Amino acid sequence: MRTSVLARTGFWLLIVAIVIFAIFPFYYAVISSLRSGQALFSAAVWPDSVSIANYVSVFTGQPFGRNILNSVIVAVSVVALSLFLGVTAAYALGRVSFRGRGLLLFTILSVSMFPQVAVLSGMFELVRAFGIYNSLWSLILSNMILTLPFTVWVLTTFMRELPKELEEAAFVDGASPWTVVRRIFLPLMWPAMVTTGLLAFIVAWNEFLFALTFTLSTEQRTVPVAIALLTGATQFELPWGNIMAASVTVTVPVVVLVLIFQRRIVSGLTAGAVKG
Amino acid sequence: MHVRTLIGASALALTAALAAGGAQAQGASISISCGALGQELDICRDGAEAWAEATGNSVTVVSTPNSSTERLALYQQLLAAGAADIDVFQIDVIWPGILADHFIDLAPFMDGQQDEHFEAIVENNTIEGRLVAMPWFTDAGLLYYRSDLLEKHGFEVPTTWQEMTETARAIQEAERAEGNSQMWGFVFQGRAYEGLTCNALEWIDAFGGGSIVNAEGEVTIDNPNAVAALELASTWIGYIAPEGVLNYAEEEARGVFQSGNAVFMRNWPYAYPLANGADSPISGNVGVAALPKGGEEGKNTGTLGGWQLAVSRYSEEQEAAADLVRYLTSYEEQKRRAIVGAYNPTIAALYEDQEVLDAVPFFGDLYDTFVNAVARPSRPTGESYNRVSAEFWEASHNVLTGSETAEQALADLQSALERMSRRGW
Amino acid sequence: MAMSAKSTELTRARVRSAWLFLTPMLIVLALVAGWPLIRTIFFSFTDARLSSISDYEFIGFANFLEYYEGEWYGVIADPDWWRAVYNTIWFTVVSVGLELVLGMIVALTLNAAFPGRGMLRAAILIPWAIPTIVSAQMWGWMLHDQFGVLNEILMTFRIISEPVAWTASPDTALWAVVMVDVWKTTPFMALLILAALQMLPSDCYEAARVDGINPVKVFFKVTLPLIRPALMVAIIFRALDALRIFDLIYVLTSNSRDTASMSVYARQQLVDFQEVGYGSAASTLLFLIIALLVVVTLMVGRVRLGEDPR
Repeated sequence: MRTSVLARTGFWLLIVAIVIFAIFPFYYAVISSLRSGQALFSAAVWPDSVSIANYVSVFTGQPFGRNILNSVIVAVSVVALSLFLGVTAAYALGRVSFRGRGLLLFTILSVSMFPQVAVLSGMFELVRAFGIYNSLWSLILSNMILTLPFTVWVLTTFMRELPKELEEAAFVDGASPWTVVRRIFLPLMWPAMVTTGLLAFIVAWNEFLFALTFTLSTEQRTVPVAIALLTGATQFELPWGNIMAASVTVTVPVVVLVLIFQRRIVSGLTAGAVKG
Repeated sequence: MHVRTLIGASALALTAALAAGGAQAQGASISISCGALGQELDICRDGAEAWAEATGNSVTVVSTPNSSTERLALYQQLLAAGAADIDVFQIDVIWPGILADHFIDLAPFMDGQQDEHFEAIVENNTIEGRLVAMPWFTDAGLLYYRSDLLEKHGFEVPTTWQEMTETARAIQEAERAEGNSQMWGFVFQGRAYEGLTCNALEWIDAFGGGSIVNAEGEVTIDNPNAVAALELASTWIGYIAPEGVLNYAEEEARGVFQSGNAVFMRNWPYAYPLANGADSPISGNVGVAALPKGGEEGKNTGTLGGWQLAVSRYSEEQEAAADLVRYLTSYEEQKRRAIVGAYNPTIAALYEDQEVLDAVPFFGDLYDTFVNAVARPSRPTGESYNRVSAEFWEASHNVLTGSETAEQALADLQSALERMSRRGW
Repeated sequence: MAMSAKSTELTRARVRSAWLFLTPMLIVLALVAGWPLIRTIFFSFTDARLSSISDYEFIGFANFLEYYEGEWYGVIADPDWWRAVYNTIWFTVVSVGLELVLGMIVALTLNAAFPGRGMLRAAILIPWAIPTIVSAQMWGWMLHDQFGVLNEILMTFRIISEPVAWTASPDTALWAVVMVDVWKTTPFMALLILAALQMLPSDCYEAARVDGINPVKVFFKVTLPLIRPALMVAIIFRALDALRIFDLIYVLTSNSRDTASMSVYARQQLVDFQEVGYGSAASTLLFLIIALLVVVTLMVGRVRLGEDPR
């Protein structure tokens, strides 16, 4: 028991260290977003002056609300599509043994092995060929290349972990595979889907390069591009306060989302992923 | 009415027909990429809308990335795909050689207006006899100084780089002795990017070391004057300039200078109104001069910057777009922009215009700097310019970090550039 | 006999339906990834340039390696490329290694029951939720040598005596990138490890505790082997991202060749220099290097792709 006080103190110090490490930069962003003008060049850790002018100008200077809505539409569509395609594929890859399955999984993974900039030009031609340039469809389509391999892989891992006996009884009863997936696996997979969905959501929410290249008008732009295109009065002037205000604004919804789903993330991952 | 999407060739033809039909009825619809957000965008929009109103056309302003590297990348994607989404492009002074093929010859649309502009820029924008872009506003590197500190310590504005080094050191040490421990002598753009090419070219040109590649396309960088210039610059790091300057772009340098922590700064004219702005701690104590000479025999110089307007070959409204360019680059519009936004005109007569001089006093004094600015070798090297520039800033950066001597770096650069141009530029 | 005939029939039906289930995903993947990837490999054998992309010639392997008038040219002969490869692999090993260790510590901490655990879980996820384009700039500002908050704090605590130019010197710049990457992606790692830890049957620990075995020993002998598969999944996806790192290096460092990664190199060729052919060759090499590393990782980690459900 003598070590217990020491251990307890050490434990809490560790927690404090983790919290500071994780959220200090975000705290600093909040502070910076409340500063203006020359105060931005100050390195002080405490807020010296509080002004919400940056937040006001972010929303009045451009259709920022619209940009947030665009990001939501794109991210939600990407998540829904990836999950649907991912679950059906994961059933086949995780539950049914057939030749070439390992090769197929590796091929899917290999899509994630090209640098994004190398994919950009070809994707641009695709987008123009489909006639979806400067529309949100182009972003939904192009983001699939980022989320699909990941979704398929993680969901396959989860799917493989579920007990083998599950579907056998159903198949003997003559149920179709689709029914089996829908009735037996889907309910068990919800936590896993929430997890991968959230991961995919953040990928799509934060995607920058495709969004910059495939949209042109301010009304079609998503949040990261809108933030990157915030500028000061002249070519070289960086509107630091505005950028910070915008960043804080768009991080909050994601944090809320994580807060809502964090139990699900944990219990979701718990259901699988453990024995890859 | 603007054509946003192209669905195959037939759809293209169809929409083009629709656009043409629409144009007759309600004037052309032009989209222009100029600046990003903020004041630069507002001033551009006001100008473009004035034209639209006068001519019965309509204008959409498209915002593009602020970083010129990213802006060029975006332009290239659009132009390589033959996209008609942007009609008028705002392009950097070093881009005409890279993008010339995608732009139309503007000369037939300008009524000879191009003759009023600075000859050097018009020449820069003329590729293989075609005027691919009209000068819009110009830029050149300037030396900013703290007039209060120079006065306090009894120094004159330096006229040579050597003198600048000594003055900067002396004031830095004196200020530090008085407890101002964060004071530095000089800040500039030392990050390995296009800005360092501009800075290093100024040092070398000031010493008479040429401009990397001469007009005939011969590599000239390995010469004693250039070596002397870079050798001097390499002594600055840690001596009068913070080590962090090796990762400074324009804004980082301004941040240090404007916080009152530097005696001298090399920057573009944009920093002047900001450093003298109401909330700037050094407001009223900022002076601007031409960049120093490289020794008594050297010359005052500054790298030519600035932006041009060009019309896309893929535009469906080339005539109207060219007319917008003619309007935006005209005497009246450049005058308005000079007064409202302190944009340096490209028309010589505007530097004698009293209303302009009242608004931006230093335009008059620095007329010579703007006229005699040294151009980066983007014309002789054409499409390869970016590679030349990357090799050059890389070599300069190595000299500044001390990983190579100036002599070694420039000899290597010479052979690398000759290797690169083995089959012509 | 009848049973086995029926079960083969059933197996065949299941394989058929498996392909049916795979089809939509494969179609979409082929649609979005097929053309861009094939195009990249295709162009790597041509001399295409961005300014005239449809006007190209096949030049075989010249973009990769070419002997011309007594000198070697091509990506493979370019020392800058190999420096980028070295930088990238160094970065991947150091950052993923650190993320693994730190993620493990965070996960073990979060695995303990204490009040406020839920809030803490959300808090550690914040770095991961901020768009990279923003967090890179934010850190660039915080690491600034003159008005950066990091120097300010370190000087207040007298850890350093004068401001350090973190991102300017090549010696510290890559470490700065590692630090930001660790900050950003440790939550991802921690979360996956935490999930694996929570899955562990508690009776193992009870038995170990009764036997009075040192907790450190328990961790290495019992816990680690049990969570190894989960670790492998996390490591592979982290390493894939780290090997393609672009934006952090692009925004944070001075962008000289001393700190360039493979993606930075490929982008410079593709975009800045407009060398579509040469840049595609670099991208293809990048792909091959990553594929090789992934195969090695899968083998070392004893991950079997075609494994059956248990």
